[in-house]
Amino acid sequence: MTTTSIGSGRGAARRRALIGRAAFAGPGLVYVTAFMTVPLLLIATYTVLTRGRFGGVKWEFTLGNFAKALDPTYLSILGNSLLIAGITTVLALLLGYPTAYGISRLPRQWQAVAIVMVVLPFWSNFLIRTYAWIVLLNSEGPINSALVSLGVIGAPLDLLYNRGAVIAGLLYAYLPLVILPVYAAIERVDPQLQEAARNLGASKARTFWDVTLPLTLPGTMIGAIFVFVPSMGNFVVPELLGGGKTVMVGNLIRDQFLEARNWPFGAVLALSVVAFLVLLFALQAMVARRINSAGPRA
Amino acid sequence: MRRRSTLALVGLATCALLVSACSSGSTSTETSAAAASAAPAAPAASAAPAASTPAAADLSGQTLTVSNWAGYYPEDLAAQVEKALGVPLTIANHATNEEIMAKLTAGGDSGFDVAFVSGQYAQALNEAGLLEPIDHGKIPNIANLYPEATQLAFDPGNAFSVPYTWGTTGICYRSDLIPEPTSWNDILAPSAENKGKVTQMTTERWLALPALKSLGFSINTTDDGQLQQAKDLLIASKKDLLAYDDTTFYSRLVNGEANAVVAWDGWCNYGTAENPDIKFTIPKEGSDLWSDTMVILKSSKNKEAAHAFINFILDPANHAWVAENILYKVPNKAAMDVAAVKEMNATYPNMGMTPSDLLKQEVVVDLGEDSVKYTDLATEVTSS
Repeated sequence: MTTTSIGSGRGAARRRALIGRAAFAGPGLVYVTAFMTVPLLLIATYTVLTRGRFGGVKWEFTLGNFAKALDPTYLSILGNSLLIAGITTVLALLLGYPTAYGISRLPRQWQAVAIVMVVLPFWSNFLIRTYAWIVLLNSEGPINSALVSLGVIGAPLDLLYNRGAVIAGLLYAYLPLVILPVYAAIERVDPQLQEAARNLGASKARTFWDVTLPLTLPGTMIGAIFVFVPSMGNFVVPELLGGGKTVMVGNLIRDQFLEARNWPFGAVLALSVVAFLVLLFALQAMVARRINSAGPRA
Repeated sequence: MRRRSTLALVGLATCALLVSACSSGSTSTETSAAAASAAPAAPAASAAPAASTPAAADLSGQTLTVSNWAGYYPEDLAAQVEKALGVPLTIANHATNEEIMAKLTAGGDSGFDVAFVSGQYAQALNEAGLLEPIDHGKIPNIANLYPEATQLAFDPGNAFSVPYTWGTTGICYRSDLIPEPTSWNDILAPSAENKGKVTQMTTERWLALPALKSLGFSINTTDDGQLQQAKDLLIASKKDLLAYDDTTFYSRLVNGEANAVVAWDGWCNYGTAENPDIKFTIPKEGSDLWSDTMVILKSSKNKEAAHAFINFILDPANHAWVAENILYKVPNKAAMDVAAVKEMNATYPNMGMTPSDLLKQEVVVDLGEDSVKYTDLATEVTSS
């Protein structure tokens, strides 16, 4: 992402490096661009067309789909999704950053083990892992049964089918996505900078606060986006752990295409999510640039 | 009925539980295939030989591609059809009506000859001009259908669809834990013991059904005022709801998470299979009559074989397999009269529901452009 500073490279060497990079990055870039641009253009086109009764679109221009998206029902779903994804992201950072920091302080060979542990859940199917939560948390499940039989609670707790369960499920699903980039960012910090801070009399806390944290902020923001984006678009967790009583924008988009046969409205919703994410990435890039340019000066 | 993505699993689980039923099912289908192709024997034989003899001659060079819900047909159907009709059969699975609808309406030749869709979807596909009229002369077994099943509101006279299964929507409940629910209000405004222990369906038309019936409206209403009242009632009912669910509701009864759930009759039977205290009832305000049907695509190049395929399914022994193994009622009198199916009534009382019982309910029909009203209602209710 941030391929700054080949420095003051000479012309030929730089050109050679560029060609090399293009050769390596080219195929992947073309693939991604083609398969992102084309669908995105299709989505953008569909936003102004009319719903086809039997699916697809009718080629009649309308702005009605945008007007519909401004209906309070849909705005509140969008707001609800932002809130849920936001809370999930904050919790993921609060949990994930210390975890990543802890891993980076382990002896080398244990770091590898810890990282494998972090990604281990991805080895089994996401749906099955989500269903496991239902088995675990339902009113007749092991947690409630244990608590009731131990006399801790009188009646089973409502652990499932509410917003809290949705957030817990999303957090569980995406926590590794914040740990990994934060870990990578912490690993990249030059230990000499931290040493210098210590030698100049900064406390451990001050060193972390003034050196480590700012230098890892871009990576942390990447982690935050990695959690926020899929949380926002997820429709399985709200359906299963939320019992369908919490609707997120992902559910709404899915339903427009797969149930309501309203592709144009689905396209409007999808595009608005994309627009929102572009904004987020721009913000991340801005912060990253500021830190990178401020770094050497300080 | 609408979301059978999990049905394959369910089918397996049910098979595991009912080893005897499944094995008897497969033997009966084997005999049926044999009967259809060769010996004019058994009660099944009345119409089958007449159909298979001329068909075999016409079908050379034809192939069939069929789409059905996963787990909604015998696993060896392709082999059976090839044996009986001499036509190679490819079966594709769809998880929902909307999924197959999207494939069929994408334009051009979808490659499908026959599709299994719910009645109101058959109606929409026909309006879109995609369906071949059913030639009753090529489907002698159509005479096996209950007369009532040939006059369903979405297609009276089976002009473009032939019913495969039918049933209704009611309340599936734990008879050992709660008294029999009698009204949709037992779900919408549950008594203290049932608060947080009921589920409603999530698919639009069935989400609205309990409220519409409770208010005395038609399940096919498009009146904004009536839909508004139904919406208010559904939103008010949400606080006492465990979850919206139209795939795993019966297992919530089995594990005790729920006491009463809105359920399709056949799927309630999956719960009954695991716990005989799980029973099905139709609330006094009434309910719907749905039917899953077989349609032939206009774009099909194998229309003779397509008709022969439907005729094969309507063979009493073949159609009885569906009732025995999928636990849904089939609208085929000869199939429902098969002894093994009749015996099921003891375990699954709703299998014994007669056509006149079913006809007391209201047939679900397609609402055209107004179906958007139900989508919006569902979104507003579930996101409230």
